[in-house]
Amino acid sequence: MAKVLMKGNEALSEAAIRAGLKAFYGYPITPQNEVPAYMAEHLPLRGGVYLQAESEVSAINMVYGAAGAGARVMTSSSSPGISLKQEGISYIAAAQLPCVIVNVVRNGPGLGGIQPAQGDYFQAVKGGGHGDYRLIVLAPGNVQEMADLTTLGFDLADKWRNPVMILSDGILGQMMEPVEFSENQETVKVEKPWATTGAVNRERNVVNSLDIIPETAEKNMTALLAKYDRIKEEEVRWQEDNTEDADVILVGYGTSARVARSAMELARKEGLKVGLFRPITLWPFPEQRLRELAKPGRKFLAVEMSAGQMIEDVRLAVNGISPVYLSNRLGGMVPTPEDVLKKTRDIVEGRVN
Amino acid sequence: MNTVFQKPETLTDVQMHYCPGCTHGIIHRLVAEAIDSLGVREQTVGVASVGCSVFAYDYFNCDMQQAAHGRAPAVATGIKRVLPESIVFTYQGDGDLASIGMAEIVHAAARGENITVIFVNNAIYGMTSGQMAPTSLLGQKTATSPRGRTVEEMGYPIKVCELLATLDGPAYLTRVSTHDSRHVLQAGKAIKKAFEIQQQKKGFALVEVLSTCSVNWGMTPVNALKWMEENMVPYYPLGVYRDVTAKEGN
Amino acid sequence: MPRGEVIVNSELCKECSLCVVACPQDVLAIGKAINSKGYHSVEAVAPEKCTGCTLCAVMCPDVVLTIRRKSPERK
Ligand SMILES: Cc1ncc(C[n+]2csc(CCOP(=O)(O)OP(=O)(O)O)c2C)c(N)n1
Ligand code: SF4
Ligand code: SF4
Repeated sequence: MAKVLMKGNEALSEAAIRAGLKAFYGYPITPQNEVPAYMAEHLPLRGGVYLQAESEVSAINMVYGAAGAGARVMTSSSSPGISLKQEGISYIAAAQLPCVIVNVVRNGPGLGGIQPAQGDYFQAVKGGGHGDYRLIVLAPGNVQEMADLTTLGFDLADKWRNPVMILSDGILGQMMEPVEFSENQETVKVEKPWATTGAVNRERNVVNSLDIIPETAEKNMTALLAKYDRIKEEEVRWQEDNTEDADVILVGYGTSARVARSAMELARKEGLKVGLFRPITLWPFPEQRLRELAKPGRKFLAVEMSAGQMIEDVRLAVNGISPVYLSNRLGGMVPTPEDVLKKTRDIVEGRVN
Repeated sequence: MNTVFQKPETLTDVQMHYCPGCTHGIIHRLVAEAIDSLGVREQTVGVASVGCSVFAYDYFNCDMQQAAHGRAPAVATGIKRVLPESIVFTYQGDGDLASIGMAEIVHAAARGENITVIFVNNAIYGMTSGQMAPTSLLGQKTATSPRGRTVEEMGYPIKVCELLATLDGPAYLTRVSTHDSRHVLQAGKAIKKAFEIQQQKKGFALVEVLSTCSVNWGMTPVNALKWMEENMVPYYPLGVYRDVTAKEGN
Repeated sequence: MPRGEVIVNSELCKECSLCVVACPQDVLAIGKAINSKGYHSVEAVAPEKCTGCTLCAVMCPDVVLTIRRKSPERK
């Protein structure tokens, strides 16, 4: 299929429909409004259900119901709305239901603003709601990836019976780039013998997250954590460029990685040995690869549109072997390649400690 | 001799955990009998809520989901929209439905969502040990209204059927009681009808069932039935608040 | 020969007395025996009076009672 020019939010939506999306439950919030609009326009004509819920709380619980009934289902929102969904996400993770949740992050805290930001990193990768659970978190870096990682997201959700979050931002959502969809992305149908579809010729199925007996609850938690360990082994994804000889490795995801790439290119032109490390899965975080890259003399620079969140995972990964610095902007301001380049020079020339 | 009364097939063999005399048990049985009599057990998906009936998923012998506090109508919506041929019901207490879940129930009703809602109004929060509920009566003493509910401090109890009857969406709204066998039999008919309405794809059906919580009301189960009849029934009038099938003349 | 018969699954009984009050014929009473949950189960103390009306079972929250009746089942 030929490439088409599309907004990131639209590419993501189209990919979801092609992945066999059966239901989308949403609630308006900027800057993700193109997603529900696209769904409302196309999904009902292509065999799915679009429904505007009364709130994000309701939307995520509709997702719970539909996922429990075995359907490929999705919701999208932006930061304040994602905060409201957290109880439901915790239930979904605990009941081990597959679904895709899109967060087109805006600046916060509070009502914040509608500008692009990455301040929901902790909320996304550390759980976000109550209890010990994890989401698989995918961070697209361009419009093609908005589509591809959505397709992947549905497959991973089904494979692992786990909620998947796409962590995007307003820039990636609004940006137009050529994108290609393969002819048929309708993926293999995963059997869901656990789904509540009606107990015909089988034992009844129960979708549940309650367990008041500590002994069995601990056993269930152990099984859940073992699943997370397997995901960590099998699903880590990242991209790296020019890391081999790098004195400074820039680490960033999503929009920050785009800025970091430009900064790396500027730096290389100046003769600075700078590389780029871009996590694609934020959970599981590519910590092992970062640890391998860490060595005395090499430095890391985390590029973020948040107050220093991802940098904590980078520091945990390099474990003191290399120093890790931060270049960030806040409040919906986007760092420029020049900002990052300046900080890189400062690091190389020893002007920061 | 013929067996004229026995446990319905849609109840499992698990012994219910409810307190002695708790009418939750009666209402469970009525729901199971309705599902049995319509022969829809294999296409039914029930949604348990948060409250004393949270373990309903252990008692109903059909596919079940357990929903977060107040969100059962949203969960049911999610299920019904992707499985339109299934029979989906929620089973919710008054704290669940009329307090934390008010938005979900009002919007499910307004959409005319084709589900059946069993709303158990016992005028108190049972599971969390007897706090004031949105349906607690004026003057009623609870753990969080120890001197009795007053209008000045806590406002008025919420009449859910009357409230939802202001909407165009619902197809069937009725309030029934469990204070004696005659009323239990009537409640059973209403619950069966609420499932039939869904089966006929006529839209949203809700049965509000007045129920006891003798333990938290601080009385014997038998006296609780009497208290319900004398105090709750006058404030929450029994009857049909909406019935689209009546308009059609059948 | 009574018209009806009430069969008590004593293990499930919680001694709430709702059936005792519901029975118009005073067939049932709380008994002396204690079940494994520690409740005095209800007993049919006047079984000969049972008409098989099912009203006790209708009020029982724990599906303890099964009712049999002589006359053919009502439609
Ligand atoms: C979000 C959330 N808030 C509070 C609770 C605690 N909680 C559990 S049951 C319950 C009250 C249920 O009362 P009701 O719906 O009236 O049902 P009943 O127990 O009386 O049958 C509450 C507040 C919870 N589980 N989740
Ligand atoms: S606390 Fe009240 S509502 Fe809950 S089981 Fe006991 S009597 Fe029933
Ligand atoms: S109503 Fe049921 S539980 Fe209560 S005393 Fe009678 S048989 Fe026992």
